[in-house]
Amino acid sequence: MAAVDSLNLSRVSRKSEEAPDPDAELARKALYYMFLMREVEERIEKRLYRQGKIVGGVYVGRGQEAICVGAGLAADPQDVLFPCHRDMALYFIRGIQPREVLAQYMGRVGGPTRGKDGNMHMGDLNRRIVAIISAMAASVPVSAGAAMALKYQGSRNCVLVFFGDGATSRGDFHEGINMAAVMKAPLVLICNNNAYAYSTPVHKQMACANVADKGPGYGVPAEIVDGNDFFAVHRATARAIAHAREGLGPYLIECKTFRMTGHAAHDSAFYVPKHLFEEWAAKDPILRLERHMIENGIATREEIDAMYARIRAEVDEAQAWAEQSPFPDPSELLTNVYEEK
Amino acid sequence: MPTTYLEAIRQGIWEEMERDPNVFCIGEDIGVYGGAFKVTAGMLEAFGEKRVVDTPISESAIVGAAIGASLMGLRPIAEMQYADFISCAFDQVVNFAAKCRYRWNAPVPIVVRAPSGGGTHGGPFHSQSPEAWFVHTPGLKVVMPGTARDAKGLIKAAIRDNDPVIFFEHKALYRRLKEEIPEGDYTVPIGKARVFREGKDLSIITYGAMLYVAQEAAETLEKEGVSTEIIDMRTLLPIDEETVLASVKKTSRAILLHEATLTGGFGAEIAARIAEKAFEYLDAPIARVAAPDTPIPFSTPLEQAFFPNADKVLEKARWLCAY
Repeated sequence: MAAVDSLNLSRVSRKSEEAPDPDAELARKALYYMFLMREVEERIEKRLYRQGKIVGGVYVGRGQEAICVGAGLAADPQDVLFPCHRDMALYFIRGIQPREVLAQYMGRVGGPTRGKDGNMHMGDLNRRIVAIISAMAASVPVSAGAAMALKYQGSRNCVLVFFGDGATSRGDFHEGINMAAVMKAPLVLICNNNAYAYSTPVHKQMACANVADKGPGYGVPAEIVDGNDFFAVHRATARAIAHAREGLGPYLIECKTFRMTGHAAHDSAFYVPKHLFEEWAAKDPILRLERHMIENGIATREEIDAMYARIRAEVDEAQAWAEQSPFPDPSELLTNVYEEK
Repeated sequence: MPTTYLEAIRQGIWEEMERDPNVFCIGEDIGVYGGAFKVTAGMLEAFGEKRVVDTPISESAIVGAAIGASLMGLRPIAEMQYADFISCAFDQVVNFAAKCRYRWNAPVPIVVRAPSGGGTHGGPFHSQSPEAWFVHTPGLKVVMPGTARDAKGLIKAAIRDNDPVIFFEHKALYRRLKEEIPEGDYTVPIGKARVFREGKDLSIITYGAMLYVAQEAAETLEKEGVSTEIIDMRTLLPIDEETVLASVKKTSRAILLHEATLTGGFGAEIAARIAEKAFEYLDAPIARVAAPDTPIPFSTPLEQAFFPNADKVLEKARWLCAY
């Protein structure tokens, strides 16, 4: 959060003489986080990975940034987040620093797991973020339980759980959404339907047309939004959160988007028709938000480029810090399996 | 007063529910029905729907929800109606619950109760003893009381423990075992075995309902002039190696006895540790008595042939003593 303030973005407002425009403020914040996520992921995928500095898998959310940023900015800081592996900006929104994320990818002690786990497998209970595991949709029942606990505790907060289209084929999605629905747990389920699960297209993943179609079967209201439109995702999430806070139970949002990459850095995505990448490149969420801001006088091209330059410098610093962060000592192998008294 | 194994568990849960408002129960048919075995009978009336949560038939979501609630600061007790169904929740147990602390320093203080064991004509899916699956999973604690006293003390310790505990309850002991237990609040430490019967010629290392098979064998051996020591493991993970090795060093003969099937069983691990750390104290090979490597059959003669019994233990014991 501090990073956003340091950019001093308020000066780019066209309406500087008037009261601050909340939509303009939101758009600036959104663009900051979306571009920061893109920049950190590009660094990881196109530089550090190719330099052999990242030994494990790299899964990016390129082209999907509007989803985690739209939902993340709609949530209250005390709402609990269960990110999936393409939601890096959620960590930044909750105050985890780019340098920590970069250190995490490189297996250094500066990462949130101190090298115990890699890539997006990180969490921080103080920041109300729960770490994903590799089995798809495993977070859904766990998020249902977290939502049940908030209700138990009389909290007005809710839980947001993120997953992809492929995850909705797993039993845990179905057990979790059903349990949450029966318990009327304050759970917002956010699916990024990016058209592919590894190499498997959605039509081979499920016979129904939309992930959202699965909601009503569980008594869960569902809606479909343009996942590349930050404002659409933000508004839908706000609706879903209001629904959850009113005690009406879970709410499912399907964000239609496209995975502008292979499954992971090692995957060339040869199985994806080239024209799809071209079509979706034109719908890039960052370009769309830029266009909106320029057309509505929220920022000029120059101001946006200046912000990007500041973000790149910020990421340069973060990368340098992460590369200096030591590898864990082998003695840490045996720590923290159980509570250490 | 004399208390059954089942009532001891029930008392332990009840007292912890009264002590800590964060403790709650979640599972199938545990509220209105009071649980398939009635371990939670009366709790819905006493504590209300908020704290005694009946769920859909969703073992994975029961354990998953328990994990999620524990991450938010609650202390859930999840019930598997039968231990056999814990396989439906396997991923949540071994990948989610067991690894959170190690990966990102997030404690998962859950208890998963699993009524296990056979001898009740339950057939292949209501009789299993799947403890070894979980002993192979670092990050979990695996407990199986064999007495009413330990059942109450260990369930209370499990609820207070800050790591995930798989709590196996032997179904055959629920009502058959009745004994004096201490009044009021007490715990039994997780990770500590105990000497169930003292002896000097032979150690039988076991747990759960097999304690009584070992005891029956020990009484016969006593008449044959063999003094048998029985070690009740009580906790299978973390392993109390010290108590095992101390006994074997004293008696120089060891039988590992469990109701679960032989290959890859808990006894194999204990045998390896004895061989590594007490080899020079042994006067005979390390012997195992366990169920054969088959599913658990239904029909009475097949079921009786499946389970270890005193005769099978005696056969091994006599072989070791004559070695």
